[in-house]
Amino acid sequence: MDQNRKVHQFKNPVLNWIEFRLPIISYFKKEYGDYPMPKNCNYFWSFGALATITLVTMIVSGIFLAMNYTPHTDMAFDSVERIMRDVNYGWLMRYIHSNGAAFFFIIVYIHIVRAMYFGSYKYPRELNWILGVFIFLLMMATSFLGYTLPWGQMSYWGATVITNLFSAIPIIGEGLKTWLLGDYNVGNATLNRFFALHYVLPFVIFGVVGLHVAAVHVHGSNNPDGIDIKSKNDSVNFFPYMLIKDTIAMCAFGVAISAVIFFGPNLMAEVDNYIPADPLVTPAHIVPNWYLAPFYAILRAVPDKLGGVLLMFGAIVILFVLPWLDRSKVRSCNYRPIYKWFMMGFFVNFFVLGYVGMLPAEGLYLLIARVGLLYYFGFFFIITPFVGWIEKPNKLPLSISDVYSKNIAPNIGGGEKGVPSPAMQKDTNL
Amino acid sequence: MAKKPKNKRRDFLQLSTVTLGAVGTAAFIWPFLKSMSPAEDTLAAGSTEVDISAIEEGQSITIKWRGKPVFIKKRTKDEIEAAKMVQAGDLRDPQDDADRVQKEEWLVLVGVCTHLGCVPLGQKVSDMKGEYDGWYCPCHGSHYDTSGRIRKGPAPKNLDVPPYTFLNDTTIKIG
Repeated sequence: MDQNRKVHQFKNPVLNWIEFRLPIISYFKKEYGDYPMPKNCNYFWSFGALATITLVTMIVSGIFLAMNYTPHTDMAFDSVERIMRDVNYGWLMRYIHSNGAAFFFIIVYIHIVRAMYFGSYKYPRELNWILGVFIFLLMMATSFLGYTLPWGQMSYWGATVITNLFSAIPIIGEGLKTWLLGDYNVGNATLNRFFALHYVLPFVIFGVVGLHVAAVHVHGSNNPDGIDIKSKNDSVNFFPYMLIKDTIAMCAFGVAISAVIFFGPNLMAEVDNYIPADPLVTPAHIVPNWYLAPFYAILRAVPDKLGGVLLMFGAIVILFVLPWLDRSKVRSCNYRPIYKWFMMGFFVNFFVLGYVGMLPAEGLYLLIARVGLLYYFGFFFIITPFVGWIEKPNKLPLSISDVYSKNIAPNIGGGEKGVPSPAMQKDTNL
Repeated sequence: MAKKPKNKRRDFLQLSTVTLGAVGTAAFIWPFLKSMSPAEDTLAAGSTEVDISAIEEGQSITIKWRGKPVFIKKRTKDEIEAAKMVQAGDLRDPQDDADRVQKEEWLVLVGVCTHLGCVPLGQKVSDMKGEYDGWYCPCHGSHYDTSGRIRKGPAPKNLDVPPYTFLNDTTIKIG
């Protein structure tokens, strides 16, 4: 091996000993110490850190719950009740875990909204976006599997409805469903494998999160103005500035989640899931977890089984290609006077879809769901490519520092990419 | 560019190694995938005998067969008439009422909605029975008629009729 490679020297001999054998200290210094963050990043940029912390919290609380949980159809419900009543602090573990899942989705949705609004998915961060959508998919799968485990009525019927989606696939559907369930209906074999998968998938998520973070660190974080760092003046070091900022965000988040865990732990839970699973009685109204409701609304808006299933999965898959549907070079919607409103409309629409997804699919609600469905896909297939083509974006600042200076020079480089004028380059560049 | 014999030999070795590796990997994965299919004891789930002597006309009972609900209904004259009146050709899943019953007053159905697997309502007197007076699935609004055929809503197929035989006038064996 290369004995002559340059080894980072520290004052502490123990660190030097480790660094020589595994250059992990210089890695952390580079990625989490001196790592430059755009200095205009607002609190939206704390949600990646919040999501990571929540993931760790979910894994830890989940491991401790698993120590007292029994994945068997006859005992699962009772073992969860035992956790709630008899296990020391079991109620706390469970409420952290169940509400943590809901907050995990809130955080990730805000994280996605931020990425969409400020154009973080665009060049050169497309792969980063793809990894993120993949994490989102894994999260939905994991939360669905986890929701089955308490073996209440909603657990059982939620699992039945979702696994039946696969039976919509022509020819192989029924066989695939039976193979996934390990039985002809949701039963003990299903519960066992769901538990095994629910335990392992978060570690897969953790791995993909590692790639997601590594990828964003290659080109650095995006920022509210969507322009690149051009000089040292444009950025601050991650440590201590962003770490402190993220810590404040984390404190606020801690207050919010604690308020729910301690004062309204069942706010986001379904009452029917406190009734043990009964394969002979379907609850009058099957409700998905609110964070999956928008997709459920899309499923029900289509009066055809296969069509509904395809559109529901399509609604997620379409996210993967967003970077290629949006042809505008301008990242941030702050500088896109038309697209900005369609983007906000998309967020509102998603919220409305979620709302009707939790109500019966009849009459007006069904109509709203169908309009929402049209806007959802219309946004991606028509609005995004079309607006990117006709819209004239506002002039971008020449640099991030420029955002803070009063006298913004006329943008000679044209309104498109904020290319600094030669005069400005002399000022701001190294 | 003509290849030398030596290269041909190397190509062959490379191809056969990769092929053997692929077959070996597939053979190794297969038992794992197959282990997820229903186990032998699950497949061997037996049949169920039901005493139907106590069921009154118009009444319906739910029994459990292979983990699924099975509806056994003694239909009224009106219900039988309504089921027979329908032209099979007009239906989404065309089937005559006569093909769905052995004795026309006894209707035996797997009580699982063919849409996404919920149990339709209609077994109790107080239940919603849907627009065709049979069964109504509350999950996504599928309506079934008095023969358990899909008439309205997202479900693609009629309610399944399980295999069953009349052992005598008062006992049905399902499965």
